[in-house]
Amino acid sequence: MINFSYTIWIVLIPLIFFVLIGFFGNRFKPVVSGIVGTSGLFISMALSFYTAYQYFFVMPKVGDTFQKIIGYNAVWLRFTEKLHIDLGVLLDPISVMMLIVITTVSFMVHLYSIGYMKGEKGFERYFSFLSLFSFSMLGLVIATNIFQMYIFWELVGVSSYLLIGFYYTKDSAVAASKKAFVVTRFADLGFLIGILILSFTTGTFDFITLTDPHGTAITQGSGIMFLGLSTMTWSMIFVFMGGAGKSAMFPLHIWLPDAMEGPTPVSALIHAATMVVAGVYLVARMFPIYHFSAPVALDVVMYVGAFSSIFAAVIACTQFDIKRVLAYSTISQIGMMIFALGVSGYGESGLGFMASMFHLFTHAFFKSLLFLGAGAIIHAVHSNYMNEMGGLRKHLPITHITFLIACLAIAGIPPLSGFFSKDEILAASHEKNMVIYILGMIISALTAFYMFRLYFSIFWGKQQEYHHTPHEAPKVMTIPLMLLSLGAIFTGFLPFASLVTSDGKPLMTHIEPAVAIPAVLVCLLGALIAMIFYQKETNLPEKISKALGGAYQAAYRKFYIDELYLFITKKIIFDHVSRPIAWFDRHIVDGSMNGISYITNEVSARIKRFQSGQLQQYAWVFVAGAVALALAFIYLWTN
Amino acid sequence: MFEGVPLTWFLIVATLMFFIGIYGFLVRKNLITMLMSLELVLNSVNINFVAFNKLLYPQHLEGMFFTVFVIAVAAAEASVAIAIIINIYRRLVNIDVEKMEEMKY
Repeated sequence: MINFSYTIWIVLIPLIFFVLIGFFGNRFKPVVSGIVGTSGLFISMALSFYTAYQYFFVMPKVGDTFQKIIGYNAVWLRFTEKLHIDLGVLLDPISVMMLIVITTVSFMVHLYSIGYMKGEKGFERYFSFLSLFSFSMLGLVIATNIFQMYIFWELVGVSSYLLIGFYYTKDSAVAASKKAFVVTRFADLGFLIGILILSFTTGTFDFITLTDPHGTAITQGSGIMFLGLSTMTWSMIFVFMGGAGKSAMFPLHIWLPDAMEGPTPVSALIHAATMVVAGVYLVARMFPIYHFSAPVALDVVMYVGAFSSIFAAVIACTQFDIKRVLAYSTISQIGMMIFALGVSGYGESGLGFMASMFHLFTHAFFKSLLFLGAGAIIHAVHSNYMNEMGGLRKHLPITHITFLIACLAIAGIPPLSGFFSKDEILAASHEKNMVIYILGMIISALTAFYMFRLYFSIFWGKQQEYHHTPHEAPKVMTIPLMLLSLGAIFTGFLPFASLVTSDGKPLMTHIEPAVAIPAVLVCLLGALIAMIFYQKETNLPEKISKALGGAYQAAYRKFYIDELYLFITKKIIFDHVSRPIAWFDRHIVDGSMNGISYITNEVSARIKRFQSGQLQQYAWVFVAGAVALALAFIYLWTN
Repeated sequence: MFEGVPLTWFLIVATLMFFIGIYGFLVRKNLITMLMSLELVLNSVNINFVAFNKLLYPQHLEGMFFTVFVIAVAAAEASVAIAIIINIYRRLVNIDVEKMEEMKY
């Protein structure tokens, strides 16, 4: 048996560097913090790759199945012999895969940030927060029990809040960070309720016990019914609410586009590759429970994922802020991962599960590449708007090539990585649910369209006049781009189906031409339309948007979801709930307190005259009282 | 020594002394006189103690001891009270109780 106890250092190293940079970073030159943080992440990344190698290729499999291994465990809070909360490291195919994703993308982002954030105020603060985030996210994926996951789940929320609000002098950034925090926190309330119901029903927090298909949690878990659904189903729906909040699923997606106010590398790390896939990871982690005990909840997962995906894809086609396009694209891709889980079965029929994890893996590379590319473009042009860009391919050759690779990958053009993972998702939904499959095809076409719309309007289109000639980013920024584009090209060839599956057994997959060929064709079609519209300067896009009229406006205004939220919070909750409560507080609660003090004051003003200062007056009262008492006693005794 | 003197006589004397003391305390305005009135009240109680001790438990001496104790306390109390009165006199050049109302509401 291999000893995996060193894996705890993958998590602890970013924590140590967070403390070091946070407390001592300002004693040195800013760039020292950057280099120290980056090297810390490099160590974590190296350890993760070593762990993955040991786990997948060295460790003997039992009955052709990857085992779940507790690499390290510490009892943290012991309430009773049965009820205790542990902190530890759980290694199984998905957590090992996530370790690779997080440390790799985080390392790239650290490296890139040294160039991108150069000269910014708060450089050390930025790097310490990045380390804090890496620590929290790694702690989340290796959680051995759902309570540990919840702790780190909140920690990633905090780090996300801190990093979105990094430019805290900018009002919009402050508003965006608050919005992100409040919305995800609201969703986490559901998560907490779900955890409580789940652990109450099953009597355990432990993932291995919970997700064992032959364990007590699944075979005899759901007993009590409530509103026609079992408690297990309810708890899983609530848990998914937390996941939907973090993964920006409709209708809790509103924070993600605003979160683009943060520095671009942060968007690449947190809001594209790692934190926002926490919801997918959560569902994948609990997948056996969803599949065996709560199939209704799994249907909810599927429909929410599919709807969010198509919804966000439509919005992404109309936005002009390049980071917002990418944000909606992220929502759309995560929606795909979620509905892939929704259509999946377990074991032999677990193609959707494997496809979802595969897409998560490849998406992390090409989406962080897209964001980092967008960062390089914004760095060069000092604008977020694609209609202020154009013809940049001559000025930014490396960014251009890497961005093109990422676009091809996300659009699903073979043989880049996105093609393989998306093809598996479509194949899985083709087996299970035709409606979802057709939606998936439309989403693929839309993805290709909006990505190439982005690509052509930035790098082709009409030549813009710039204040100063845009120049390519420094090496420290372009090297991560090139490394990630290698990931975007080659990760598709990984034998994912034999490594990461729902039950740990390898799965036989092959490219189904009946699915793959139409998928590639619609992607090419989407890309072609984008090329016709945006490669040369034409007035076609305006004509089309005019022709669509109201529908276009609705998509452009993000289907008025933000306005709806404002209406609900301001007009309904504030006016009809908060204000009456505030009135009650001010008038009834405070009023009764003020009334008591007022009465005391008045009464004491009246009776203070008794304190005349005349000693003999007091003595008179005293004697009179004593005499009266004496008389009273005599009277009582004699009768 | 007190053979033939009935208890009632002691009680009458003590009661008279008590109420004279109370009366003096309530109506005299001079602090020294008020203090003397208080001594009357204390001594009336002493007479009661001695008389009842003799009547009820002739072989015990608790009543006597208590009387001695009260006399000692009264002496201490008188010395403190006189010290206070002297201080009041130094400050106000007056020992009229009605003038002393600094501490009222």
